Amino acid sequence: MRQIAIYGKGGIGKSTTTQNTVAGLASLGKKVMIVGCDPKADSTRLILHAKAQSTVMDLVRELGTVEDLELDDVMKVGYGDVKCVESGGPEPGVGCAGRGVITAINFLEENGAYTEDLDFVFYDVLGDVVCGGFAMPIREGKAEEIYIVTSGEMMAMYAANNIAKGILKYASSGKVRLAGLICNARKTDKEFELISALAAKLGTQMIHFVPRDNQVQRAELRRMTVIEYSPEHPQAQEYRTLAQKIYDNKMLVVPTPLEMEELEELLMEFGIMEAEDESIVGVAEAAAV
Amino acid sequence: MSEAPVKKVAGITKESTQAMIDHAMEIYPDKAKKKRAPHLAPNEGEGACVKSNRKTVPGIMSARGCAYAGAKGVVWGPIRDMVHVSHGPVGCGWYSWGTRRNLVTGVNGVSQFAMQFTSDFQEKDIVYGGDKKLKTLLNEAHELFPLAKGISVLSECPVGLIGDDINSVAKIASEELQIPVIPCNCEGFRGVSQSLGHHISNDTIRDHIIGTREFAEPESPYDIALIGDYNIGGDVWSVKPLLEEIGLNVKAVWTGDGELEKIAATHKVKLNLIHCYRSMNYMCRVMEEKYGIPWLEFNFFGPTKIRESLRKIAEYFDDTIKEKVEAAIAKYDPIMQAVIDEYRPRLEGKKVMLYVGGLRPRHTVNAYADLGMVVVGSGYEFAHGDDYERTSVEMPEATVIYDDASEHELEQFVDELRPDLVGSGIKEKYLFQKMGIPFRQMHSWDYSGPYHAYNGFPIFARDVDMAVNSPTWKLVKAPF
Repeated sequence: MRQIAIYGKGGIGKSTTTQNTVAGLASLGKKVMIVGCDPKADSTRLILHAKAQSTVMDLVRELGTVEDLELDDVMKVGYGDVKCVESGGPEPGVGCAGRGVITAINFLEENGAYTEDLDFVFYDVLGDVVCGGFAMPIREGKAEEIYIVTSGEMMAMYAANNIAKGILKYASSGKVRLAGLICNARKTDKEFELISALAAKLGTQMIHFVPRDNQVQRAELRRMTVIEYSPEHPQAQEYRTLAQKIYDNKMLVVPTPLEMEELEELLMEFGIMEAEDESIVGVAEAAAV
Repeated sequence: MSEAPVKKVAGITKESTQAMIDHAMEIYPDKAKKKRAPHLAPNEGEGACVKSNRKTVPGIMSARGCAYAGAKGVVWGPIRDMVHVSHGPVGCGWYSWGTRRNLVTGVNGVSQFAMQFTSDFQEKDIVYGGDKKLKTLLNEAHELFPLAKGISVLSECPVGLIGDDINSVAKIASEELQIPVIPCNCEGFRGVSQSLGHHISNDTIRDHIIGTREFAEPESPYDIALIGDYNIGGDVWSVKPLLEEIGLNVKAVWTGDGELEKIAATHKVKLNLIHCYRSMNYMCRVMEEKYGIPWLEFNFFGPTKIRESLRKIAEYFDDTIKEKVEAAIAKYDPIMQAVIDEYRPRLEGKKVMLYVGGLRPRHTVNAYADLGMVVVGSGYEFAHGDDYERTSVEMPEATVIYDDASEHELEQFVDELRPDLVGSGIKEKYLFQKMGIPFRQMHSWDYSGPYHAYNGFPIFARDVDMAVNSPTWKLVKAPF
């Protein structure tokens, strides 16, 4: 069983990419489980055709304790026999979402969700590794392969680099490795070259460049993956290719995250960012002559 | 009868004490030794000779509590007519329930609420936040116990970690229930000991309570408040009648057997008398600054200090009080002398070592002296520099002073000094009893008390005699 965690900046398309890739693996005949690790609980909707799956933590809240929960209550099976679980968690601003991830994953382990027949487990994790809870999927004995979803936008790359820093911390004490960047293209300038260069600097690879295509949105409106909605569409082929590349991937590295200056230099090199003019820093519009 | 404590103890010199300290620290790694060294010193007779109020050295077996313990156990918990909610998992509330022996009057559930209220956090409360559960709890507590005058919400660690906004829940509940609901952010991980819990609790009294009520009776020039007496074993019930006997009106007690509305009206008293300086000096200062109320530290352990304190208190009032103080002293002196005559012959020259909290490591020194005993080592779990300044003048020259002492250090010191009595807490009790040394739990008065004031001294003397002169210790032999 290979366990894989997907990280990346919020809104970059982690859940969409994960579900389409998983659908790709399923179409290759692989047995996969998705564990959504985000209180928004939108990591399985395209597989299940559901608005929102009832989550582990929601049921814990209803029943009172984790002990009263059964695996069947929280695990649903969708397209391609993909097993789906959402950890769930609080609305923004209260409680501890990170603890929700820990509670949910512990529950799955204790109740035998990780069965022998699974080829892959995918963890779709909220944004950044903000605390111990969101690092749960990459702790000892869990995901050892991490893919970071990014685009050529500066903040997405910045987030990717930060996540690489988090991975470095865990890599030095365990088996977790960076397996590659997935470029979810936003059609920014020189995006392919830029992410390839960033991947090289991080010591990894851009495992696939997923072009932007509205077919993804059309499928999403129907709560489906592109692979299920239009298996013959070129975009479906892109996700199958990504799935195959992940299946074949052997390049697992301890990342070499960049310093802030290096990242800026990279952006300048590709003309994304202008050289900094220190004379304008901190000067209000009215004060500037 | 006036007894000044012995200032010199045969065989104890600055050098001998320092050698004992050095010997105790020999087994420590260099880093621990460096950190512990400033917390152990021979008494210098003035100033604070040790460093204090610092983080406990990891690996040391400390006897300290936490901020929650300081808030629940010391300041808030003893107020009898309130519901005190331990907000978080069940253990903190359960294990701090009634263990301090802060006794209360009244009928349980009607006029006092010495029960265990907790929000009993489960996984779901951590993940989704415990604020809604707290709100439900507050409503239910008020519904079940409508006579409770207020509710304190005492945060346990997880509440601070997940950022539960207890302040806004308390504010809303307070308006809806029309009783004070006081949020106290006393998460256990804050600060280095229970001391910060005292401070935080004092601040909540300042922010939510003081000045919000008035006394029903008309003001008088003899209105005082008794501050920092927690009614351990009934101490307040011994102190209050004595203060009343000398003509003072004890309008409020902070907080032993205390009542919320009287505490809230304390800004109207003429003098604050403070026994436990460490846990309540903060509010005395606030009341001094804000309402101009002077405060006076006093000591009601043993006849010598009681007499001294009564006369100091009288200085704040007119001749009628002074006369009553003298009359009280004249009345009680012979009774106290009889107590001393009975016990002193059996206790003369006996050595004591203390390791407690708050005020006792210094305040009881003279009470032992009244019985002919000498304290040869003393220290606090959670004191600050100003406590040690007050201690050095009470203790004999060059005796060992220890701050946040470890089990190992205490064992070494006791082994070397071989006192006839150790006064400390439950965590130390069995260590010293196994060493064959008489022991009294001096946090809780060991199921006895009161020890304060004239009614307390005979009990104190009896208990000390009972411990020191018990024939049990002669029969105990180590099997090895």
